[in-house]
Amino acid sequence: MNVAAQVAAMPPPEGSFGAGFSWAIARDLTLALRHPGETLLVVAFFVLVASLFPMGVGADPQLLLRIGPGVIWVCALLAAFLSLPSLFAADYADGTLEQMVLSPHPMPGWVSGKIAAHWLVSGLPLTVLSPLLGLQYGLEVATLAALAAALAIGTPVLSLLGAACSALALGARGGGILLALLALPLFVPVLIFGAGAAEAQAAGLSSAPHLSLLGALAIVATMGLPFAVCAAVRIALD
Amino acid sequence: MNLFFFSSPPTFFRLAGAMAPWFFVLAAVLAAAGLYVGFVVAPTDAVQGEVYRIIFIHVPAAWMSMFLYFVMACWGAASLTFNTRLSAMMARAIAPTGAMFTFIALWSGAFWGRPTWGTYWVWDARMTSELVLLFLYFGFIALANAFEDPRRGDRAAALLGIIGVVNLPIIYFSVQWWNTLHQGSSVSFKGTSMHIAMLWGMLLMALACWMYAIGASLVRVRSVILEREARTRWVRELGPRASAAIAAPGVTKLPG
Repeated sequence: MNVAAQVAAMPPPEGSFGAGFSWAIARDLTLALRHPGETLLVVAFFVLVASLFPMGVGADPQLLLRIGPGVIWVCALLAAFLSLPSLFAADYADGTLEQMVLSPHPMPGWVSGKIAAHWLVSGLPLTVLSPLLGLQYGLEVATLAALAAALAIGTPVLSLLGAACSALALGARGGGILLALLALPLFVPVLIFGAGAAEAQAAGLSSAPHLSLLGALAIVATMGLPFAVCAAVRIALD
Repeated sequence: MNLFFFSSPPTFFRLAGAMAPWFFVLAAVLAAAGLYVGFVVAPTDAVQGEVYRIIFIHVPAAWMSMFLYFVMACWGAASLTFNTRLSAMMARAIAPTGAMFTFIALWSGAFWGRPTWGTYWVWDARMTSELVLLFLYFGFIALANAFEDPRRGDRAAALLGIIGVVNLPIIYFSVQWWNTLHQGSSVSFKGTSMHIAMLWGMLLMALACWMYAIGASLVRVRSVILEREARTRWVRELGPRASAAIAAPGVTKLPG
């Protein structure tokens, strides 16, 4: 039997959602661990910008208490946005993305895996660090908890929306600024409900309604956006 | 009749050229009637005085800003689904008009807010979401023009437009959900809380804005078609006036 016939006789390679997901998440986490500097830069940026505000607006404790949750949320938004190029742009530039599309795994699987990995190296560290920054702003313990809970629910939505925008902007002129124009307006609902949760808690109200709305956003985004990202990647590789 | 007959750019180029002036005439007539009703017939508002007359431009502009985004997203969806060139060109042609109406809604709202609320701007839910809509339009225009290959820009912008549609219900229902400074709607399909002359003035102006939007989009889509098809024979056969129009859009009158 010649080689061509052997190849033809082999069963077609099989892919699955789960296998693609775990492969992509393992790959991107390994890449992030091999270049820990990039991840740390995002975290350092988050802490730095959050520390600039008290120097800029003055160290009045009442004022800091008032603006704390909003400032931390805006910093999280910017940090999530800054780490977006690592999601698809490098793989697009060296052709890896094209090979991934050709892989037998269904696209939503590995795309979701890449987004999950992005959240693990950008959203999760920010969520874990946020109580510390909140302490700098003199927030109460209950407010800190609401802030961390809102970030835990909201930052995955940022990763999903950001993934869609960065896939759309692959290969575009004016990359970074264009990405800001696309992504930041879409981040606004997350910002409103996320900062609202901590502010409601600080005002002595329940943060539950805001967290519920954030949760609803997260569910809708998780169900819908991976498919939009797949469509965007296909458009980019057309 | 074949529905896709007019989806051929040369056919639609001529059709749009024939239709656009009529829509502008209709827009002018309706706007004159609307402004007459708005400034002469409609009575002075009992609470706000004469200031309320900003409604005759503010509300139609706000309606158009949302409606045009929806229409634009629908053209984008059509271009992704049927892979028709003209649908994407229509989406591109609508975007600047939509952005203009969004800007007018925000600007006229600021001038209305100053005498009635005492401030040009508050971070009210409806105004914030309308501002986000303006940035969505800017993002759409920027993304559509960000690629060397215009077809790539068409498709990416179409997908962005579809994702951005989620903002529309947020704007529309924001006054009910958050109950902030911006007043609720005075007009609905069930009836109105306004004086009948005010309502007529507003509806006439809304129709005028609608006709203007269609006319402006048709003129703009003709420019987009010319730019895209510049190397084809039928455009070259249009003669030097069309070539000049490509070089300096808006300066030269296009052949009908």
